Amino acid sequence: MKFIAVIRQVPDGESRLRIGGNRVDLSSATLILDQMDEYGVEEALRLKEKHGGEAIAVGFGPERAEEAIRTALAMGMDRGIHVVYEGYADPVTVAEALAPVLKEEAPTLVLTGGQQADWDSQALGAALAEALGVPVVPWTTALELEGETAKAKHDLDEGAEWVRVKLPAVFTTQQGLNEPRYPTLPGIMKAKKKEIKKVAFQGKGRVEILEETIQEKARLQRILDGKDPVAAAEELVRLLHEEAKVI
Amino acid sequence: MILVVLDHDGTKLRKGSLEALTRARQLAQALGERVAGVLLAEERAPLEEARGYVETLYVAELGPYTAEKWAAGILEAAREGVKAILAPSSRQSRAYLGRVAYALKAGLLEDTLESWAEGGQVYATRYAYLNRVTQKVKSAPPVVLTVKPNTTPLAEPLGQMGEVVTMNVPPVATVEVLERVQEERKGVSLTEANVVVTGGRGMGSAEAFKQVEELAALLGGAVGATRAVVDAGWRPYGEQVGQTGKTVQPSLYIALGVSGAVQHLAGMNKSKYIVAVNKDPEAPIFKHADYGIVGDVHQVLPALIEAVKKLKD
Repeated sequence: MKFIAVIRQVPDGESRLRIGGNRVDLSSATLILDQMDEYGVEEALRLKEKHGGEAIAVGFGPERAEEAIRTALAMGMDRGIHVVYEGYADPVTVAEALAPVLKEEAPTLVLTGGQQADWDSQALGAALAEALGVPVVPWTTALELEGETAKAKHDLDEGAEWVRVKLPAVFTTQQGLNEPRYPTLPGIMKAKKKEIKKVAFQGKGRVEILEETIQEKARLQRILDGKDPVAAAEELVRLLHEEAKVI
Repeated sequence: MILVVLDHDGTKLRKGSLEALTRARQLAQALGERVAGVLLAEERAPLEEARGYVETLYVAELGPYTAEKWAAGILEAAREGVKAILAPSSRQSRAYLGRVAYALKAGLLEDTLESWAEGGQVYATRYAYLNRVTQKVKSAPPVVLTVKPNTTPLAEPLGQMGEVVTMNVPPVATVEVLERVQEERKGVSLTEANVVVTGGRGMGSAEAFKQVEELAALLGGAVGATRAVVDAGWRPYGEQVGQTGKTVQPSLYIALGVSGAVQHLAGMNKSKYIVAVNKDPEAPIFKHADYGIVGDVHQVLPALIEAVKKLKD
């Protein structure tokens, strides 16, 4: 069996974003393996541990994204494939870039994060599924293999459902599916020697980003001391009523 | 043609569908196109209501929702060629529209705040980087576009009934739905509420949420919860606010015993006013708050309820 986790490198959500020119400048940001993708890496490792086979990390992004693939290898993935592309690509284009690689590998299933922490897209899993002509199960919180099929629980907009799906299929991952492991020191040492195959992508995105602006609203920061809870609560309600006029 | 996916809850069109319709009419005018609707049914669909909004309505009975079936239905409706397909933003719409966008090799513009057409190109604004950045993007048609809730005025009916085109959608059966867990929703819906009162792990127990409910009810708002609270089983998943839950943008967001993890902030950082109550003055949520109280939520919350009651008298 072959389990593929599709991953990307993104800025750490805690790191400060800067604008250079009219675009987000990531040159001083801390870049990490997207946390939503980590659940996919962990699930691929668990499936391999349980059912045997191979676990492969497939990354998309610029040269520097190799660090994120190394992180996945340090967690235990067997090998990596890096589809190299500088700049922004929309999910349809990313799926186009990854489809030939995934088809060649012919995996049992493919996992990828439910939402990207940089472009806030939730569509890569669905676009990949269409590219491969297989079903998609978005926002998966439980996954079990049963022969040629998988049984999975996933979230809907309201509620959740259990589905049975014929494999291969694409699953998008999220918090709750599992608890991703940390890379160990021996894992990090071993990862240095694992293969990362580089694949160039010559295509061009359909969606162009024209401008990016930081929209962090300046907050009033009027923080009251709650040692006297009744007085603090009354003052807060007065401020919300008279100053903010929201109640 | 500009195609609008008229999403519904089995009895009536969702508000988001009427927002998507407004956007579709704007794009249709700028691009010199006509608007058609597609209504994908799960038994009872609001056919008559939907007919009131479009001149042409493509309809198919597809049984229980799966992304594959919905994508097939939309692609069937789009067979004669589309310049744009619009739908309300939701987890489900992104799953089927991701497929549709790939099948049509279209530019996918997700969760847009505004959209317009100029010189034959489609432009939109949207958030990125966990809601911290606003992007202006453009794509040549065809585009697939989702409309962020509460960004757009609702469309009015046309005053005449549209023509119904019944479609034969080839069967797709790759996903079998075994069991659906529906959530009961009471009071005002979380994503549409003007006031949201969210409890975090600091609430300490499921019982403590009775008071969160009381405060929300007093303010005419909805109850929210953090991931930790949902994972603990104190509140249902449908109340979760954050990257893996719902995104809200009320006038007033009250965070009680919430630390302010990045994933939570991504779901509420566009609220007009943010209020935080937490005993830890170093909690990250205070950096994002307009007003706050550093104090024990178990003492502050009852006092807040009393203070709001007093104000109302």
